[in-house]
Amino acid sequence: MKTGYIFNIKRYAVHDGPGIRTTVFMQGCPLHCTWCHNPESRPQMSPNLYPEQAQYCLRPFYRKIPYKVAWRVSISELLRELRKDLIFYEESGGGVTFSGGEPLIQPEFLHQLLLACKKENIHTAVDTSGYADWKTFQNILPDVDIFLFDIKILDPDRHKKFVGVSNKKILDNLDRLLQLGSRVIIRIPLIPGITDTETNLQQIADFLKKYEEIERIDLLPYNMMGEDKYKKLNQKQNMVRLHHQSDYELKQIQSIFVPYGFEVNIGG
Amino acid sequence: MNDRIKKLRQHSLESKPTLSHERAELLTEFYASGAAERVSIPMSRALAFKHLLQHKKIWIGESELIVGERGPGPKATPTYPELCTHSQADLDILHSRKKIPFTVSPQTRRIHEQKIMPFWKGRSIRDRIFEEVEVAWKEAYQAGIFTEFMEQRAPGHTVLDDKIYRKGLLDFKQDIARQINQLDVEKDPEALDKREQLRAMDVAADALILFAERYAEAARKQLRKEQDPQRKKELLKISEVCQWVPARPPRTFWEALQYYWFIHLGVITELNTWDSFNPGRLDQHLYPFYVTDLQNGELTKSHARELLQAFWIKFNNQPAPPKVGVTAQESNTYTDFCLINLGGVKADGSDAVNELSYLILDVIEEMRLLQPSSMVQISKKNPDLFLKRALQIIKTGFGQPSIFNTDAIIQELTRQGKSIIDARNGGASGCVEAGAFGKEAYILTGYFNLVKILEIVLHNGIDPRTGKKIGIETGDPSQFTNFDELLAAYEKQLNHFIDIKIRGNRIIERLYAKYLPAPFMSLLIDDCITTGKDYNAGGARYNSSYIQGVGLGTLTDSLTAIRYHVFDKKTIQMVDFINVLKDNFRSNVSFYKQLIDNTPKYGNDDDYADSVLSRVFEAFFTAVDGKPTVRGGQFRINLLPTTSHVYFGSVIGATPDGRRAAEPVSEGISPVQGADRNGPTSVLKSASKIDHLRTGGTLLNQKFTPQLLANEEGLAKVISLIRSYFKMDGHHIQFNVVTADTLRKAQKHPEKYQDLIVRVAGYSDYFVDLTTELQNEIIKRTEQGSY
Repeated sequence: MKTGYIFNIKRYAVHDGPGIRTTVFMQGCPLHCTWCHNPESRPQMSPNLYPEQAQYCLRPFYRKIPYKVAWRVSISELLRELRKDLIFYEESGGGVTFSGGEPLIQPEFLHQLLLACKKENIHTAVDTSGYADWKTFQNILPDVDIFLFDIKILDPDRHKKFVGVSNKKILDNLDRLLQLGSRVIIRIPLIPGITDTETNLQQIADFLKKYEEIERIDLLPYNMMGEDKYKKLNQKQNMVRLHHQSDYELKQIQSIFVPYGFEVNIGG
Repeated sequence: MNDRIKKLRQHSLESKPTLSHERAELLTEFYASGAAERVSIPMSRALAFKHLLQHKKIWIGESELIVGERGPGPKATPTYPELCTHSQADLDILHSRKKIPFTVSPQTRRIHEQKIMPFWKGRSIRDRIFEEVEVAWKEAYQAGIFTEFMEQRAPGHTVLDDKIYRKGLLDFKQDIARQINQLDVEKDPEALDKREQLRAMDVAADALILFAERYAEAARKQLRKEQDPQRKKELLKISEVCQWVPARPPRTFWEALQYYWFIHLGVITELNTWDSFNPGRLDQHLYPFYVTDLQNGELTKSHARELLQAFWIKFNNQPAPPKVGVTAQESNTYTDFCLINLGGVKADGSDAVNELSYLILDVIEEMRLLQPSSMVQISKKNPDLFLKRALQIIKTGFGQPSIFNTDAIIQELTRQGKSIIDARNGGASGCVEAGAFGKEAYILTGYFNLVKILEIVLHNGIDPRTGKKIGIETGDPSQFTNFDELLAAYEKQLNHFIDIKIRGNRIIERLYAKYLPAPFMSLLIDDCITTGKDYNAGGARYNSSYIQGVGLGTLTDSLTAIRYHVFDKKTIQMVDFINVLKDNFRSNVSFYKQLIDNTPKYGNDDDYADSVLSRVFEAFFTAVDGKPTVRGGQFRINLLPTTSHVYFGSVIGATPDGRRAAEPVSEGISPVQGADRNGPTSVLKSASKIDHLRTGGTLLNQKFTPQLLANEEGLAKVISLIRSYFKMDGHHIQFNVVTADTLRKAQKHPEKYQDLIVRVAGYSDYFVDLTTELQNEIIKRTEQGSY
């Protein structure tokens, strides 16, 4: 597949892996997290869904991209954009991050993109919810330099309740990736009252402790951006207004993981 | 910061700038005595200088270590009536204006009215300039096409090298005597003129030695009255230091600092030179003294720090001389642009960062003063640690130090014909101007309104603001069939006005060379002594005259908008577009929105817009670079605005990029405020499409939210960002680390934000001291944040 759907590109992305990166936000996500930051990514894409946007070429990035818009790009168009910051990637040890939505929901497109990046010696990261068939992971594995792998909730029932799907597949995939020696950074979004509870975080820590190979754990403090976007999308966010974690709370959370020997970062 | 420094700093911060009549009165006294008429012009200038230093008040502040003031006390700011004689109206404005006022006491006013104004009326250089320039120059000046730096201030724009740390003024006097002896009146028709110049320099050297001796004497006098044994010791030391330097080469760190300070006072008392004057590569010059003094126990690190802090305060005590009229609008600040250089490379090209570089950065951070301004030179050879230390200060949000690319500066200077050694020993001064320190007169002659030229092109030679035809006819724009025709018309009009500016510059340079030599400054800049020529007459080893282009971003976006909508997409006809501009977009809101949100713009790494930038850069460069000056040098370009982008915007109607009438134009090489929406890497990529190496400096502003520099990882990424820009030959970058939200609050409640310092363009200033227009302009700049 030579084309795919994206809903944003962010240059000088500094929270999506090592160095200075360009992050491609790919359209579509199989999860239904109640706190989703990128609600615009959720509508399932189909080639006919946004015929008008499909003709956007990549040129008008100065355009304020209206929310609720994804557009179709070809690999070569996208690559032209990704190449632009090559000098910054090289200087900083950065590269390209494929995020979303869920990038693995467009498996062939993602695969082709990764191949193209590797061909040009561009460092690649995939920011994933982990919710995909193992086959898909297997396919892209050789061309991903690092995974940013989300772990949200360990308890299966609560996961189903707040994320909309079972976490079995996710945890299995993580296990296999680590077994095969992939570089993995774990990312835990801290959603007040949902993922940031002591029980949940302790369960995650207990689950992860056997994997010494984990490069780092990033704790992602809750941010208000999602709420703002919901307003723009005229959707009601499915939850009450939440507060930010205080620095003290963040330090407390950090201290749950540190005793297991993990490097723990606050923020990406 | 110890108690002494705290007190001195507080005193400096709390002193309000006042207008001092001391210098003007002494100077008038000297000229009125007829003494000037009996000697040559250079000698009369030297004798006037001596008269000033012999009679001006000596001021040693309580607990001061480094001594000497330009006026009778801190922030008492002199006037220079031989250049610009202030009228009664000027004094009223200076006294009462809301921003950048100078208090004028009734006595000062009376002396100006009774003695100074009557004597200098019609004799000042300013009067002569306006008398001698052609009508076309005056029309263009009044229309706001360009400004003229030398109408109220003298050429300066030079920086000292290491020579005073090796030689005392007595040694300079010996050099002068040797040169005079070598003059051959039979073979060299200019020999007698040279002798006059050299004799004038000799008198100027004597004058400064005498001035220092007066300080030594004053210290001894205070000593006799002083009770405190500690202070007695200090005063004794001060008197010894002032007795030794500047006559003889400095032996210690303290003497080196005090020596420079006397030199500084000499330069800014002789004339009100632009961009003041400054010691340049301070960490390099002082390092040998620092090392030796530490070794032999003469100095401790904390004492070195204290002396540097005391030195810093002296700079802050000297506001830029009062400016009025257009000159006040183009450079509306108390800052006098002394730019201390740190880091960079040594003469042999190796890494110059040393222990003192870091110590001085500590001083900058702790002092947090507007003056002196500071910068770090970053070569590929300098360690990241040094850049990181600078960023840690920048992130505290006072705009200092700014960051320069040493490797680019060296290439810029060598392209202009300087030797590689002179280039390596150079740096940047003023806002961003590259120069060969101690060896070059690189004189900024005026800002040039690149955007106004387009407005005149769109009206076929007429300035729509006045209806006057001040340009040449370049064709009815509605008849242009393609973008190249428009660009060709622009180039024609640009050349027309550049030529007017250059013709004016030649007249003005000649006036200064003839009537206002600077024998004291000539002592300091190679090769004035060996050639027997004055600094203002081409005595420096290298002579460059700059025209500073302003509004590159606005111009690029405007031309791009016409190209996109009129010629490529054909969404509007040229004539309708011009009507939309006349109407200030009032009647066509949807087209206005298209211009803002749906038109390619510079700063987004989009070649559609950036290719236009390259072409206008080329046009400006070709119009100016390499043309001869009367000082035997060449005209050059650089791209910086100080505050002229606000003034220039005020004389231009709405522009095709969506800028409304009278709003500021873009500053430096920064994108139009708010037009860059693709993050900082795109801005740097776009900015790197300018050929920095063919300029003498470009200025790029970035506004970052504090979060981007909050932790180690953030700092590391900003370091990579800067290194990448410098790899692409970017000349300079500076950061405002502040949120727009904070700035808005400061605008609403200035009383709560008296200390808020922001980066304007090439300098920092108190936010509350900026005009509302400038405050708004800074708020509008794109805020680069993380998401």
